[in-house]
Amino acid sequence: MAQITLDNLAHSYLPNPKGEEDYALKQLDHVWGDGEAYALLGASGCGKSTLLNIISGLLVPSRGRILFGDRDVTHQDTVERNIAQVFQFPVVYDTMTVGDNLAFPLRNRGMDAAYVAARVQKIAAMIGMEEVLNRKARGLTADAKQKISLGRGMVREDVNAILFDEPLTVIDPHMKWELRTQLKALHNEFGHTMIYVTHDQTEALTFADKVVVMHDGRVVQLGTPEELFDTPEHTFVGYFIGSPGMNLIEAEVAGNLARCAGHAVRLGGTYKALQGRVQIGVRPEFVQLVSGEEGLPVTIKRVEDVGRHQIVRAEFQGRAINAVQLEGTPIPADANRMIFAPERINVYADDWRVAPLQSVATPQREAV
Amino acid sequence: MDKVQNNKAWFLVLPVLVLVAFSAVIPLMTVVNYSVQDTFGNNVFFWEGLGWFQEVLTSERVHAALGRQLAFSGIILAIQIPLGIAIAICMPKRGFWASVCLVLMALPLLIPWNVVGTIWQILGRTDIGLVGYALDKVGISWNYARNPVHAWVTVVIMDVWHWTSLVALLAYAGLQSIPQAYYQAAKIDQASRWKVFRYIELPKMQGVLLIAILLRFMDSFMIYTEPFVVTGGGPGSATSFLSIDLVKMALGQFDLGPAAAFSIMYFLVILLVSWVFYTVMTNLDKAEGR
Amino acid sequence: MAVTSDTYTPATRSISFPKVQTRHVVMVLYLLFMLVPIYWLVKMSFQTNREILGGFTLWPQNPTLDNYRVILTDSSWYMGYVNSITYVVMNTVLSLAVALPAAYAFSRYRFLGDKHLFFWLLTNRMAPPAVFALPFFQLYSSVGLFDTHIAVALAHTLFNVPLAVWILEGFMRGVPKEIDETAYIDGYSFPRFFVKIFMPLIASGIGVAAFFCFMFSWVELLLSRTLTAVNAQPIASIMTRTVSASGLDWGVLCAAGVLTIIPGALVIYFVRNYIAKGFALGRV
Repeated sequence: MAQITLDNLAHSYLPNPKGEEDYALKQLDHVWGDGEAYALLGASGCGKSTLLNIISGLLVPSRGRILFGDRDVTHQDTVERNIAQVFQFPVVYDTMTVGDNLAFPLRNRGMDAAYVAARVQKIAAMIGMEEVLNRKARGLTADAKQKISLGRGMVREDVNAILFDEPLTVIDPHMKWELRTQLKALHNEFGHTMIYVTHDQTEALTFADKVVVMHDGRVVQLGTPEELFDTPEHTFVGYFIGSPGMNLIEAEVAGNLARCAGHAVRLGGTYKALQGRVQIGVRPEFVQLVSGEEGLPVTIKRVEDVGRHQIVRAEFQGRAINAVQLEGTPIPADANRMIFAPERINVYADDWRVAPLQSVATPQREAV
Repeated sequence: MDKVQNNKAWFLVLPVLVLVAFSAVIPLMTVVNYSVQDTFGNNVFFWEGLGWFQEVLTSERVHAALGRQLAFSGIILAIQIPLGIAIAICMPKRGFWASVCLVLMALPLLIPWNVVGTIWQILGRTDIGLVGYALDKVGISWNYARNPVHAWVTVVIMDVWHWTSLVALLAYAGLQSIPQAYYQAAKIDQASRWKVFRYIELPKMQGVLLIAILLRFMDSFMIYTEPFVVTGGGPGSATSFLSIDLVKMALGQFDLGPAAAFSIMYFLVILLVSWVFYTVMTNLDKAEGR
Repeated sequence: MAVTSDTYTPATRSISFPKVQTRHVVMVLYLLFMLVPIYWLVKMSFQTNREILGGFTLWPQNPTLDNYRVILTDSSWYMGYVNSITYVVMNTVLSLAVALPAAYAFSRYRFLGDKHLFFWLLTNRMAPPAVFALPFFQLYSSVGLFDTHIAVALAHTLFNVPLAVWILEGFMRGVPKEIDETAYIDGYSFPRFFVKIFMPLIASGIGVAAFFCFMFSWVELLLSRTLTAVNAQPIASIMTRTVSASGLDWGVLCAAGVLTIIPGALVIYFVRNYIAKGFALGRV
């Protein structure tokens, strides 16, 4: 096991990349701590699979290096890196039995037969396939096959890291939950470094200690689920995490006051003068619906009841704006204004978050 | 796919039935008719019963031809299937060179069979042929018209040249259908090249390889034109395979009765083997849930 | 370090070198094996008969087009090409026309005796032409079709129709049934749906089937020679007869051979991107 360092990394699928837009993966410096569970989150095509393949050694980056511990592995192949990987679609050796499938990586490394047998039993118990160990893998359901793939990824104890490339895509929803919990338990037990690629925020937030959000070939934020929620570093993170995502409103910011289309909004900190496209962002969870003279005037379109809370869909200056109200919190019948919790407002210039010069209060996350 | 029961579908099959009835059933009836009759010429026929079948079944000439035929089909399958797989694995996977290889490899498949024969007939000659000349120079006096071994080697190499590409292209199609993730997973599992072949490539090629074996078996069992052009079935009858022998009998000697009986049994042998293949193949399709 | 690593590309990884080399060597050797015999044919076609028999050379010493001139100016020669192409095209059209509806029936419906019928069709692909040569001769003579293009075209449907049905059925199975149902709901009649919607969807399958029909009809000699005398005689047959009668002019023989390769080569070139899938008969 080792910490993984990405040093000045970039990759393009073109042989002679010209400008920045030719790069599938833009300049990246990053350290993956030893024994931590990371989720790599982003929409499809954002470069997360490219990054994963570079780490696993299936792809050599056009630029930069990768270190496992102090060892430069940039030009080493997958085998030398000693990692395991689980793919999006089940990869199963059809003609082998389930047991042989699980034993395959161990046998190829010349492990002792007794050890292999014990290890296969243990993994089979974990993925719940002890019953079918002697069955041929051909003809099993996609679920079962993917469980075998997961098992094969975890069967080796000495790996530097285990990489998961959207492994639960083909799994039934109820199984997803179960497998993810098992993965998490496994991580706690063995402490492997795990990197889990997904486009599903729930998966990412429940699995990982730290989430790496990628957008357009770039890492836009690395942080704990709380940090992603409270202080998204990029408007994409605000929009992508949370349901519904963060409200973003064009604004002019001066000191601790923002003006949105002429309406004043108080901020939680003071800001220096900002250049470029300035927006303020606030999560729907911190929006309150009121009636009166204070706040931004909105038109309420509809209210969706999704169980524990209600989502209020509204419009401000022709653009969508949402609020989340706890079940039971009454919405005033004549509500036509929204007010924001000042300490929950983030300010963005050209999509990147601007830290306040001094903040008025430390944000405390409230349960929603 | 779950199909709908609908007997009106017969109307869609009707044109095929009419056509095939005309081009297959009627001629086949003629054959059956001949096979149970004898003639002294002048279109006078009389009932012969199963006599011709008896004669053919016990004929040493037919046994010998069948033996040669089985040997030939066995040899060319044993060479072409492994060689074809090897070539498919060595082919470039995509891009310009893949197209070049495909086009060049497919070329022998579209050459009329007698031209194939002519090409190898010329190549093997010691005066004007590249191969015969070269062998002559290194001290092997090559003569496929006189030496049965030389004749066999020539005919086998010709068939390998002619048809290996078919096997290779089929195997290549099978290989192309394997998702990249399998190779990546195998790499991570540290599987050797042999294991990748044994556990990934071979199982995925199984279906197309069965098609390849079936086609190659059928076509090699019916081979006529190519060896006929090269050796005329000789020297003696060393390369007289079933079809050559049959045509000799039917058109050359006009022994219609025995030739017809021979035809029917010949057809039945091919049918039997093909039926076995077909059954195996459909079961395989089912196993994969298609 | 970062500067030097700029120059690395996957292709320069030293470990992959030995494997790549073996593959290339095997491939080059195989392609040579494929091409040398063809080269030899082409080489001889550019030589006069005297030069061919005069001495062994690796390439033509005095390249000449005389052999091709002989063929292309003599109608008894070049009509052979016209005849061949005529019956090959007739056969291809005929085979596809009857195979398309049948393949649709097999791919979409269960009906009385469907499995047996399908296998029986396939058995015709397995019928040795030698078995059918004589009965065909008698059949077509008796109905007055002997020595016509249609006779050969019909005879070749014996093995091409089953093959076309088989290939097309494979491709049609890949088209979801919902497409048919949607079209019927939208008010398409069966023929209109089949031509307007279904056939474009399996265009590559039709192309592949046509390619195979063309191929097997073009290369066949035994039946086409048996069923023709003068008017519909295929080029392959003219090659064997004329040459043996005029005392073996190797140069002309080779030139005729080269000319028979050209249509095939053209067809391959046009379908090169479908060949791999086509050879798997749509079942990959």
